[in-house]
Amino acid sequence: MSDAPLDHGIPNPLREQPDFAIPAPLEAEINELITHYPQKRSASLMLLHAMQEHFGHVSRQAVEWIAAKLELQPINVYELVTFYPMFHLKPVGKHHLKVCRTLSCALGGSHKLHEHFCRKLGLDPHAHGAQTTKDGQFTVEFVECLASCGTAPVMMCNDTFHEGVSEKKADEILKQCQQQPSP
Amino acid sequence: MPQEYRQILKYADEPGYTPDIECYLRHGGYDILRKALAIPPRNLADGRIVTGPDHLRQEVMTSGLRGRGGAGFSCGLKWSFVDRKSGKPIYLICNADESEPGTFKDKQIIYKDPHQLIEGMAIACYANDVHLAYIYIRGEFAEGAKILNRALKEARARDFLGENILGSDYDLEIHVHRGAGAYICGEETGLIESLEGKRAYPRIKPPYFPAVLGNNTGTRIVSISGHVRKPGYYEVEVGKATLGELINDPAFGGGLREGRKLKAIIPGGSSAKVFKAGEKFKIKRRGPDGKDAEQEIELLNLPYDFDSLIAAGSMSGSGGIIVLDDSTDIVEALANISEFYAHESCGQCTPCREGSLWMSKALQRLTHGEGREADADYLMKIADNIPGGRTVCAFGEACSWPVQSFVAKFKDEFVARGAADEENRTRRNAGPTAVGKLPASS
Ligand SMILES: Cc1cc2nc3c(=O)[nH]c(=O)nc-3n(C[C@H](O)[C@H](O)[C@H](O)COP(=O)(O)O)c2cc1C
Ligand code: SF4
Ligand code: FES
Repeated sequence: MSDAPLDHGIPNPLREQPDFAIPAPLEAEINELITHYPQKRSASLMLLHAMQEHFGHVSRQAVEWIAAKLELQPINVYELVTFYPMFHLKPVGKHHLKVCRTLSCALGGSHKLHEHFCRKLGLDPHAHGAQTTKDGQFTVEFVECLASCGTAPVMMCNDTFHEGVSEKKADEILKQCQQQPSP
Repeated sequence: MPQEYRQILKYADEPGYTPDIECYLRHGGYDILRKALAIPPRNLADGRIVTGPDHLRQEVMTSGLRGRGGAGFSCGLKWSFVDRKSGKPIYLICNADESEPGTFKDKQIIYKDPHQLIEGMAIACYANDVHLAYIYIRGEFAEGAKILNRALKEARARDFLGENILGSDYDLEIHVHRGAGAYICGEETGLIESLEGKRAYPRIKPPYFPAVLGNNTGTRIVSISGHVRKPGYYEVEVGKATLGELINDPAFGGGLREGRKLKAIIPGGSSAKVFKAGEKFKIKRRGPDGKDAEQEIELLNLPYDFDSLIAAGSMSGSGGIIVLDDSTDIVEALANISEFYAHESCGQCTPCREGSLWMSKALQRLTHGEGREADADYLMKIADNIPGGRTVCAFGEACSWPVQSFVAKFKDEFVARGAADEENRTRRNAGPTAVGKLPASS
């Protein structure tokens, strides 16, 4: 479970997932998705989404499984994971807070909002990129325009949009997350 | 005084209006699809037959309908480019990637009235002999994708999709395809690559020359954000409201905050060239006598339509208006925009990949006390060398236009910032190792 180097010495960013197994309902969903396209390869992104939704991130085993399923080389799938910002190479927090940093939200106070979350969760407000709390509960990240600029500042908590997020509202979101029972 | 004119969003925000098919049907939903499928073939005097789909395509051509994706390209003309003789399958893709900063109109339709989108697509598909279509939706709209999938299922169950739709012998399937957070997927050829399971690297395409149509038709949903009292989305008849009315009227943006003055307007998504408060333009307009005459128009009196904004040197693009008042740090604003483009370049073309990054880095140092007086010229030089056929796609223009226009129109602020930074450094480092003034960059 580390960035162990490959034979050629370059760190391998893909994580090992020794207990990787695809449950039957997920496989059924995947088989259905593949039928949506005239060519199997087109299903790649949807399969990556399905994997990430199930496992929380995309592992080496997941990349190889998708490649085999779609009759591709693993690199064809891996290059997608590194290109598309939404796919994670390592586990993220149970609650993924994505704060919009783009212009309208910046004018509406998104930098303060990001800083507020970081301070509350003991993270570095000036660090670059996504940060996860030690207990693995929260990931805080700046993202680009979320297409809700009229209600700045805007953020997402996992797949849910939150608009016009004041510090008070931010605290409520954190509280709701913390009250959610662990699965 | 212009008011909102709601056609697309007619019901979306009505209390009690829900995205399910029952509600849509109660509001006359799928009637137009039914009518379209029932258009009988017509025999012409010369023996040719005008089929229902032929008829629909002609109607769209003569209607003057223009695309809402940015370029305002004629929809009928676009459809006329489709090769119908090759025998290859024709696909239709709905671009629901909505990623241009400042734009939040498609989201309203997807989340609140998904069946309207599906019905519109079904009609467009029938008109173009399409049997398989996709909705490419940005990855962050995960809920939107669920709403659409639910709606598609309902439409299939009601015989509006699938085989032999409403007994018409016409088959159509629509699927939802999710992106995964990359802006460049909104560019149509990048979108297709992405749909094919690849990195969204745009392809070279033949240049399309926008036809001068002169007429605008229908309504447009304008997204207004930034420093106005009532940010939001407003549906207006194309060309019926001026930029000033959209920003200041109580029916729309509601004006600036107490005590604030206008500084700048980004009129069509963040890649549109910025307007500076007080600008005037010389624009050819048709007078009441039917003759074109050059008129001087003030910024706020510009009609918000495709052609007027292009004539004024910018564009209505995605319809996203971002208003900046006099509290805005213009250097910070451009730094924010440029960081977006540096992050989103797909990286295929050197001028775009490197140039967008260099511009962003120069702006970062200007906003972090490390600027130089010559940075304004340096920025302009980079921006001038990215677009103009040097890149595969129009992202090259999209990342340069903000820099070119901000720096040209607010040059004093960029120069002053850099000069102040240099002075501070000199004072701090006074001594033989002073950084001092760097030579003008080359
Ligand atoms: C860099 C770039 C990003 C784009 N992003 C979007 C987008 O997010 N949504 C969109 O509808 N069109 C976007 N477009 C425009 C599309 O390429 C295409 O012109 C548009 O979808 C056509 O739609 P229309 O027929 O409604 O005009 C983008 C274009 C470029 C060059
Ligand atoms: S112009 Fe930029 S975004 Fe477009 S293909 Fe080239 S590198 Fe990619
Ligand atoms: S700028 Fe934040 S949602 Fe668009």
